[in-house]
Amino acid sequence: MRGDAVLQLDHLVIAQDAFRLSADWQVPAGARVALIGPSGAGKSTLLAAIAGFLAPVSGRILWQGRDLAPLPPGARPLSVLFQDQNLFPHLTVAQNLGLGLRPDLRLSPDERARVAAALERVGLDGLGARRPAELSGGQMARAALARVLLRARPLLLLDEPFAALGPALKADMLALVAEVAARTGATLLMVTHDPTDARAICDLAVLVAEGRAEPPRPPTALFAERPPALADYLGPAMQ
Amino acid sequence: MRLSLAACLTCLAPAAMADTPVLTVLTYDSFTSEWGPGPAVEKAFEASCGCDLVFVPAGDGAALLARLQLEGAASDADVVLGLDTGLTAAAAATGLFAPHGQPAATTLPVPYDDPLFLPYDWGWFAFVYDKTKVPTPPASFADLAAGSLKVVIQDPRSSTPGLGLLLWVKEAYGEGAAEIWQALADNVVTVTPGWSEAYGLFLAGEADMVLSYSTSPAYHRIAEADDTKDWAQFSEGHYLQVEVSGLLAGSDQPDLAKAFLAFTQSPDFQSVIPQTNWMYPAADIALPEGFETARPEKSLLMPADRAGAIRDLAVTEWQAALAR
Amino acid sequence: MAGGAGTIGGLALLLVAAPLGAVAWRAGGLALSPADLAALRFTLLQAALSALVSVGLAVPVARALARRRFPGRALLITVMGAPFLLPVIVAILGLLAIFGRGGVLNTALAAAGLPVLSVYGLQGVVLAHVFLNLPLATRMILQGWQAIPAERFRLAASLGFTPADSFRHLERPMLIQILPGAAATVFAICLTSFAVALVLGGGPRATTLELAIYQAVRFEFDLRHAAGLALVQTALGGLATLAAWALARRAGFGAGLDRALPLAAPGGWRQGVDGAVLALAAAFLLAPLAAILASGAPGLLQLPDQVWPAAVRSVAVALVSALMTVGVALVLAEARAAGRLGWVELAAMLPLATSGLVLGTGLFLIVQPFVPPMILALPVTVLVNMLLSLPFAYRLILPEAQALQADYGRLAAALGLVGLARLRLLTLPRLARPLGFAAGLAAALSMGDLGVIALFAGEREATLPLVVQRLAAAYRNEAAAGTALLLVGLSFALFWAFDAGGRRAAA
Repeated sequence: MRGDAVLQLDHLVIAQDAFRLSADWQVPAGARVALIGPSGAGKSTLLAAIAGFLAPVSGRILWQGRDLAPLPPGARPLSVLFQDQNLFPHLTVAQNLGLGLRPDLRLSPDERARVAAALERVGLDGLGARRPAELSGGQMARAALARVLLRARPLLLLDEPFAALGPALKADMLALVAEVAARTGATLLMVTHDPTDARAICDLAVLVAEGRAEPPRPPTALFAERPPALADYLGPAMQ
Repeated sequence: MRLSLAACLTCLAPAAMADTPVLTVLTYDSFTSEWGPGPAVEKAFEASCGCDLVFVPAGDGAALLARLQLEGAASDADVVLGLDTGLTAAAAATGLFAPHGQPAATTLPVPYDDPLFLPYDWGWFAFVYDKTKVPTPPASFADLAAGSLKVVIQDPRSSTPGLGLLLWVKEAYGEGAAEIWQALADNVVTVTPGWSEAYGLFLAGEADMVLSYSTSPAYHRIAEADDTKDWAQFSEGHYLQVEVSGLLAGSDQPDLAKAFLAFTQSPDFQSVIPQTNWMYPAADIALPEGFETARPEKSLLMPADRAGAIRDLAVTEWQAALAR
Repeated sequence: MAGGAGTIGGLALLLVAAPLGAVAWRAGGLALSPADLAALRFTLLQAALSALVSVGLAVPVARALARRRFPGRALLITVMGAPFLLPVIVAILGLLAIFGRGGVLNTALAAAGLPVLSVYGLQGVVLAHVFLNLPLATRMILQGWQAIPAERFRLAASLGFTPADSFRHLERPMLIQILPGAAATVFAICLTSFAVALVLGGGPRATTLELAIYQAVRFEFDLRHAAGLALVQTALGGLATLAAWALARRAGFGAGLDRALPLAAPGGWRQGVDGAVLALAAAFLLAPLAAILASGAPGLLQLPDQVWPAAVRSVAVALVSALMTVGVALVLAEARAAGRLGWVELAAMLPLATSGLVLGTGLFLIVQPFVPPMILALPVTVLVNMLLSLPFAYRLILPEAQALQADYGRLAAALGLVGLARLRLLTLPRLARPLGFAAGLAAALSMGDLGVIALFAGEREATLPLVVQRLAAAYRNEAAAGTALLLVGLSFALFWAFDAGGRRAAA
């Protein structure tokens, strides 16, 4: 599974208004990395920078040694799932998936078949003609994941897309994410508040706190060491 | 946009391609309209001139002068038709006009002989009313001001009849003009930008009388068989509007232009005027059946240079009086 | 995209600035006179009052329309938009038929032995401006209400919000966002008022800057003075735009899922008030329309033949202008929504306060050395119509373009949905409603516009408004009224077709 470093944050500094965050580390290919830390620490902001929505103040974000700065979000080798608004409400589920193959939606019969197959794989077969408003929360999350599958980009960024789902459903979805990542060989970066999630599917964890994103290390090591910033966040009752 | 441009170029093409000389006459819009004298005049003149007569419409009489001043010596026009006597001083001052060389028009009630400007029609400004609603019209400005009848007039800053009224009061009352305007203020329902808005308000019943022409009732009699409109004879006299044409010195068709000015005095041109412009013809021709024959006892007309000189002061006086 | 929007915005600014510059350059400078102060004062007073009253009355009307469902509601919304589309002089005659000396209201008052009311004066100017602009203000505010996702109202209902709570937490933030722009728009429109101010203002008391510009150009041929006045007028429009910009804040309601949930419609006395508000607004806006219909109907039987080619020409100009307007407005609104090019706001709003006469005169001066202006009559008309309706289209599209950007901008970017694909799959379907409305408005405004073509018009290029004017100038008032009615009907049909098309595409 583990390969050479693919994602490198090279003396990266990002800022939004008065907020600043620095990071200087790398992630090996195929790793599944949890970004953990207190609310407001900058986990989502870090993902936004990697996805291309926020230009770094200094430093670089490299993918396989190539600086991503000149690439617009859609051209970067990654897929991203937001906390919400992952589907366009005026397009059908199948159209929302089709965007993952061709943003102009001029799909060939073969591509249509791939959309149908992706729907089937996430358990939504037959629901392609529906609008997002006609789906449950879990179904919407599945549809968004099916599009990630179709896009088959080597890096997957998850900004807590399942936060609104119940525990059992969320566990299902995380399992599905792990499966999708494994199937496409993708490297995964996911924001989470929940150490259980981090332990469940991630082999690395990054603590984001106090203006810094620490280099990744195995979750067990991080939770065992329990640095003060993590301890404050997890609270005394934990562990 | 490209389509409309192409369509527009096509419509101009016949004139541009033919070898016949083109005579360009800058005039006010309503002269060229289907209901104005333009179409009949164009047909009659082209029958004899071996030329293409093109009317270029430019808003109303005041806009016409502004257009001329904008274009200056670069103007493509050969003749300007439709200035009135309130504007001729300013028009002469542009230095763009050449003498027309025609004898003076014969039918005007006052002598008018201007080497640069040749009258083609004329009329008296008058307040028009509905006989069924106003049984006894006022007999003078003083009468009107003393009564409670409501009038609608035009703004002298944007229309030639409005300016005509201003000169009328000034000519009739001189130094006392401001006083009579103050007395008239409560009779003025409102002031419109142009003649047609004022006349429309009058017909819609918003005012008892409207500033128009003594020939206006003739339109209703002849075209609509409606004899309810008349004009009020004012003892101070009635101001004249004389509509004139002139030759542009920069014309590239000076002979054709002179021929056209001579044509404006001919029966072919003059006979079109009464029932299209609803004004009196400048040449002595028979008036149509039912045309206005009643004439004011006294005609007023300021010399052009005096009209030009007092205009700004008169406007200020008028504004001050009506702004109360 | 940014380069394109910058270029288009720059061209729009140039189209405002170049004619003014051409007039000033020809005149050799700018000038103002002390008498202009009175015109300035009256212009500001009537424009500010008109904007406040229009927007103030539009809020309850828009709210009633937003939260009530009744048969004919959609039709009422469409028909109530009509006054804004009327040629000014037609609107004045319609208003006078109701509120004038011989109008329905005063006839009724006199019959009841009550003193009659005079419409002439500042009250008449404001009345007419409210009549003309209440529909626009209502639609802008109604769109604001519709832009609050139903989910937010559902949340409010689940939290047991009273109508007052809903107002404080949902409606007031939306209004704070929408009202400054709506008021600035109406203010800027009224800045250039000419015929309304003169006819209903009752005379020289009601001298506006635009009338002073007329006087300067037409009678004094004082282009320095005209350019000076036009600069003041345009600068006031620019200041209004900047003020609106500073006051308006994004409400940030977030996205919804397009679930069709009706707004909470509180019962009791509030239902009665909403009913009364709608009835009064409808009566105020529709009675003059009915009068226009009644006075124009007999004239429809005597329409001259010349009307038809003019009608075809007008419709063609309107269609081309409308498409150009919406295209330009969309490019500018999207650039603005993406947070780029703050100055395009000015480019999109300044044309509102531009003097039509100075615009036409300046264009004439620019064009005349090169081609006979007559040849360019229709292209210039299209261009000027586009410019003059751009501010409305921009105002209508911007809020929804901003919401679109906030809600789906990142998703679209993440998926590489850009360029034409973004336009076809995201922008057009999501913005179909405001785009259709804006196109309808631009088409109708273009039908009724006369202003600038006068200097360029040739013998053969008469548009419908020019035919109306020619008929009226030839004493043919009935035919003029009939032709005006045809003009109003065609304007309204165009408006309706685009607006309904947009709503259907959005559904």
